[in-house]
Amino acid sequence: MIKEKPLIGIVDYQAGNLRSVQKALEKFGARVLISSEKQDLLNSDAIVFPGQGACDSSMQNLKKKSLDEVLIRLIKDQVPFLGICLGLQLLLENSEEGIEDCLGVIHGNVKKFTPGLKVPHMGWNQVEWRIDHPVFKNIPTNQNFYFVHSYYADPVDNSIVAGVTQYGQEFCSAVTFDNVIATQFHPEKSGSLGLQIYDNFIQFVMGD
Amino acid sequence: MLTKRIIPCLDVDQGRVVKGVSFVNLRDAGDPVEMARFYDLEGADELVFLDITASSDNRNIMKHVVKSVSEQVFIPFTVGGGIRKIQDIREMLESGADKVSLNSAVFSNPDIIYESSQFFGSQCIVSAIDAKKITRYSNVVPQNISKEYVIDSSTEWEVFSHGGRTPTGIDAVKWAKFMAEMGAGEILLTSMDKDGQESGYDIQLLRSVTNEISVPVIASGGAGSMEHFKKAVELGQADAVLAASTFHFGTFSINQVKKYLHDSDVPIRKTF
Repeated sequence: MIKEKPLIGIVDYQAGNLRSVQKALEKFGARVLISSEKQDLLNSDAIVFPGQGACDSSMQNLKKKSLDEVLIRLIKDQVPFLGICLGLQLLLENSEEGIEDCLGVIHGNVKKFTPGLKVPHMGWNQVEWRIDHPVFKNIPTNQNFYFVHSYYADPVDNSIVAGVTQYGQEFCSAVTFDNVIATQFHPEKSGSLGLQIYDNFIQFVMGD
Repeated sequence: MLTKRIIPCLDVDQGRVVKGVSFVNLRDAGDPVEMARFYDLEGADELVFLDITASSDNRNIMKHVVKSVSEQVFIPFTVGGGIRKIQDIREMLESGADKVSLNSAVFSNPDIIYESSQFFGSQCIVSAIDAKKITRYSNVVPQNISKEYVIDSSTEWEVFSHGGRTPTGIDAVKWAKFMAEMGAGEILLTSMDKDGQESGYDIQLLRSVTNEISVPVIASGGAGSMEHFKKAVELGQADAVLAASTFHFGTFSINQVKKYLHDSDVPIRKTF
């Protein structure tokens, strides 16, 4: 158990804005280090892997700094890990969005929404919990969270799907396995319920 | 099910919220952060900040506003006004804006939509279009713009630039389609005829655009009653509705609108 304020490393790989993520974590007492340096991330008590943007350029940025290997190792080592949006999608093997291999921590691919639907899927939509996880504590099922994405993760192993959302079809909007929690929605943009996830995540990191 | 978004729009001048904000319970109704917080609690699903002076000096002030808002308010927000270059977009996004809305810059440099959506992703590029019903054919011939978007006998609405002051000679519906094809992730569609009239959104305009494109459309201009919101989403097929003065003057609150929509079976994020 971590007694002091936990140090949370936010992976900086030029994939979108990190300010709100940082502020949300700090609000609940974490120390935050935004970094693209291996060693910083390896020294952190927990990792937040946010992201917005294109899969290929993001994977290339990660690989340039060998952060792909670092993230895989941290997950294997059971370091608490919160992936957000692209930070969920990149955990899978491949994406229909690009040609680069993704991290492959989750068996399965990232797919494009069925033609005919408006993309991006942008706005507030409901998440139905499938797994009762401490990071989703005090958040009832079917509450609204903020989404903005054109692709969705489709894990082969249904048992890691922690939340699902309806948009033309049902898709996986949250996964949990080992010490990994990853959401397609943006908790840092989802008002008070979203902030609850950061609060819960920090409790989880501290071993409560 | 994806819900319809209710979005208050705040005009910012020199870092202060201006234009008719008349809430009694706010310590400082001119403070963008205070206003953002207020609307967050009121049930706003998203916020739009328009920098109405939009000079280069002002952009630095705006960056501070954006920083403070993003550090304290945890709902998505868009920043528009005076954004001309990729660098301007980068600065706003790095300061914490979720999306940037582009308007006048697009007419002198249409490639900016394509380039910025490639750089930053479509999800953060909003194309703001000010449209006005054609009453007589303008003789403006747009420069740098392909002929297929120029108004012709089938055109119903013309696009105006520079805060609605300058006719562009461009067909609004075709232009919206072009913007989406170029990579805009969302269209903020303002009816200049309806703006400030409080007589309802321009349903025909909305319908013409939403029928043509597959990115979300925000309806703007004309909100005066709660029924107007319902018509914009049901008849106009808008994905989101934006309003300014009706919320600022407290004609009704966002949660009242949401309750009304909810009771009318329009999917919304319940915040009341």
